[in-house]
Amino acid sequence: MFQKTISELSAGLRSGEFSCEELTECFLARVERYDGQLNSLVTLTRDSALAAARAADQRFKTGEVTPLTGIPYLHKDIFCTEGVRTSCGSRMLDNFIAPYDATVTQKLKDAGAVMLGKTNMDEFAMGSSNETSFYGPVRNPWDRERVPGGSSGGSAAAVAARLAPLATGTDTGGSIRQPAALCGVTGIKPTYGRVSRYGMIAFASSLDQAGAFAASAADAARLLQAMAGYDPRDSTSIDRPLEDYSAALEEDLRGLKIGLPKEYFGAGLDTGVADAVAAAVQSLTHLGAEVKDISLPNAALSVPAYYVVAPAECSSNLSRMDGVRFGYRCDNPRDLEDLYVRSRGEGFGAEVKRRILIGTYALSAGYYDAYYLKAQQVRRLIRDDFVRAFSEVDVILSPTAPAPAFRLGEKADDPVTMYLSDIYTIAVNLAGLPGMSVPAGFVGNLPVGMQLIGNYFDEGRLLNVAHRYQQVSDWHRQLPVGFEAV
Amino acid sequence: MAWETVIGLEIHAQLATRSKIFSGASTAYGAPPNTQACAVDLGLPGVLPVLNAEVVRMAAKFGLATHSTVARRSVFARKNYFYPDLPKGYQISQFELPVVQSGHLDIDLEDGTSKRIGITRAHLEEDAGKSLHEDFHGETGIDLNRAGTPLLEIVSEPDLRSAGEAVAYMKKIHTLVRYLEICDGNMQEGSFRCDANVSVRPVGQEAYGTRAEIKNINSFRFVERAINFEVERQIELLEGGATVVQETRLYDADRQETRPMRSKEEANDYRYFPDPDLLPLELDAAFIDAVAATLPELPDARRDRFSHDYGLSRYDAGVLTASRELADFFEQTVENAGGEGKLSANWVMGELAGRLNKEGREITASPVSPALLGGLLRRISDGTISGKIAKQVFEAIWAGEGDADTIIERKGLKQITDSGAIEQSVRDVLAANPGQVEQYKGGQEKLLGFFVGQVMKVTQGKANPGEVNKILKRLLLE
Repeated sequence: MFQKTISELSAGLRSGEFSCEELTECFLARVERYDGQLNSLVTLTRDSALAAARAADQRFKTGEVTPLTGIPYLHKDIFCTEGVRTSCGSRMLDNFIAPYDATVTQKLKDAGAVMLGKTNMDEFAMGSSNETSFYGPVRNPWDRERVPGGSSGGSAAAVAARLAPLATGTDTGGSIRQPAALCGVTGIKPTYGRVSRYGMIAFASSLDQAGAFAASAADAARLLQAMAGYDPRDSTSIDRPLEDYSAALEEDLRGLKIGLPKEYFGAGLDTGVADAVAAAVQSLTHLGAEVKDISLPNAALSVPAYYVVAPAECSSNLSRMDGVRFGYRCDNPRDLEDLYVRSRGEGFGAEVKRRILIGTYALSAGYYDAYYLKAQQVRRLIRDDFVRAFSEVDVILSPTAPAPAFRLGEKADDPVTMYLSDIYTIAVNLAGLPGMSVPAGFVGNLPVGMQLIGNYFDEGRLLNVAHRYQQVSDWHRQLPVGFEAV
Repeated sequence: MAWETVIGLEIHAQLATRSKIFSGASTAYGAPPNTQACAVDLGLPGVLPVLNAEVVRMAAKFGLATHSTVARRSVFARKNYFYPDLPKGYQISQFELPVVQSGHLDIDLEDGTSKRIGITRAHLEEDAGKSLHEDFHGETGIDLNRAGTPLLEIVSEPDLRSAGEAVAYMKKIHTLVRYLEICDGNMQEGSFRCDANVSVRPVGQEAYGTRAEIKNINSFRFVERAINFEVERQIELLEGGATVVQETRLYDADRQETRPMRSKEEANDYRYFPDPDLLPLELDAAFIDAVAATLPELPDARRDRFSHDYGLSRYDAGVLTASRELADFFEQTVENAGGEGKLSANWVMGELAGRLNKEGREITASPVSPALLGGLLRRISDGTISGKIAKQVFEAIWAGEGDADTIIERKGLKQITDSGAIEQSVRDVLAANPGQVEQYKGGQEKLLGFFVGQVMKVTQGKANPGEVNKILKRLLLE
């Protein structure tokens, strides 16, 4: 049952072949059996999941159902969930229980989806390996000695091991796409403003965007459909009709123009990854797509620009974690300053502190123009590169990450090398474009992801290309060894 | 050495919206602590601000009323600093591009001239909460009801040259924001308060002296006292060979002095940057035109019109237009009094104002309505009662005994204008006082007043004084 598609699961629920409760029990059992090896969950919500499943079973009786009614999912622990701890992977929020639901949480509840629990993540979404979590690292199901990628590492690993058919994620510089690639699952980050950020704990507000993990593009389309839409509580959310992602899946690819940016295939790219992506491009040409070499001349500036903008925004966004109203507070503060210094000093991990320091520096009087303002100007150049490219091609294709999953601890002491694992994904966030990662092969035992980048609001097109590719490939159906028992 | 004072004011006007600037929580004053603070006001993880459109309309109104530019594009920025009553660790404000830019306001000086004061800018921002130090025994309580209350910070040019000018300017802004109905002006509740930037320089010197900023002054009287204290302090320092330190100071109303608030070591770098949670605020011409169409007649225009239409002095017209409520009351009175502007002005500023003042009532709580007062004044102007009797009738109206006509009728206060009746009374008085008649005829014409008094006494004040005079003079000549 755990290998069925969402459409098959939904049909099974509708026909009464199995109940929502049985389906939920199936995945809860998988979590309980396997997550000890992965550490992909920080909170399992067995009781509320079963209650939600029974409520979904009721809905099937009355007929008021959606494509996600009764479908289990895992929720990244960055989304606020009323009554259930939202830790954001940090000691700072280890005791934080939000009194409200994020818009995404609410939408999934309304759709009748069943939340099984909340997934592990890099602390405050800052990381590319899921090693910065207060709850310990997540392990890659394909090789438990390797990282799953980050920051949505828990969601990616859990879907890869089929602990849930669906999981939510967020992507600020690649946090959905990079772990999707490293874990061999499908992940999509939509256009900035497509999914509400309300109730999603902010890392870098102008870059953060929620998205979906699933085994396939068709499944991801269903989850994204339920998450997306205008929200008056988020001023940066865009009031624009939502297209039917599932309806677009089967579109023919003949005549589709795919651009290959030369900057994303140069030095530093693992040859195995390059070969896998090249083979995927071949498959797409067999489906009728035309391939064109393009250039994104300012691509090299994206990592430095990102590491000014994102830390600057995070330094301000995380100021509310001050030990005063919620979250971690140090013992016996001597005075106000001591309360701040020790609560934040003890509550935040090293990577978060590093970024707060970088961001505080970049915004300081006398440095603002040289760093923050300059980075925002670079951001405009990067955006312009994409706008030019999309006047020539429909979709841009590249590797998602320069190499397959690396070993736990391998880059932990070298932040700059770690930051470079997002070299192909970061520009997409700076430009606010939709991007996704699709399983495209293996290097040895380790999955490789190919990245598809679309024009603004072209999520439907990305899902269509991915779905067509998945009809002629089976990388996305591979299951890591050791997770086969039902 | 002669010194010149230079003052610029930053006035914080709390905008009179029902809900907060970035959340739906109520702004009502006086609720129990933390009962009017929602998740957004508490700065919980994940929440986002959404701008209250009414706040923007109010700011635009102020901009239009002060001949300012209402910016087509303005930007909200984060002002970052840590304080327990600042929930997010930053205040959302406007920094580089405020919504209102470069306007001016004319104030009246004591010598009768007027002076133009530049308004540099007015920007929107959210208020912080309150730290409560009393009743917590060595701990600090935090009330976040006020957090997120919309403020318009109005920044003047350093055009003010004395505490008196500063007060006149502040009062003028106070009148204006209430006219515009964008601020209730309640200074006790902190809805209207100001920071004063004060410096002194030798007369004739162009460069400004070093300034001190006096924070959070919440009454006109305190503004005057704080500035005067500060000016004297600075002059004393400079004349003693010392220098003024640029710092933030606090006015202590009990000790009537200013003293340093923060030390320099704690000076903050606010790390302003555009708030990525809020898009730039863009206003189109249609929006600004729609706001312009809602502007009421402004205090200066109304004063000039009162002065011209009702033949009032500029001063009287100024008094009557100092608040929109008083001006409305006056105009409704005039209407009810059949257009008697001068008479209405005298009564509103005289009898009525005196009585209200005595009982500590606002004009809006006057038991004598414009209709009642106008009805009374109509009876003065048509000669039904004299001014003296009118005061008696006014007291009865105040006491709730009915309208003027009812009281005049019931108490029989109608003026006697029938000349036959008055002549009979005059004849009676003359017959009863033959000695005085002799003296009058002998040249003591001052006695006319005596006879008038006697006639009024006999008629209980109801005889028309003009008629009495005329008849007396005629009969005394016989």
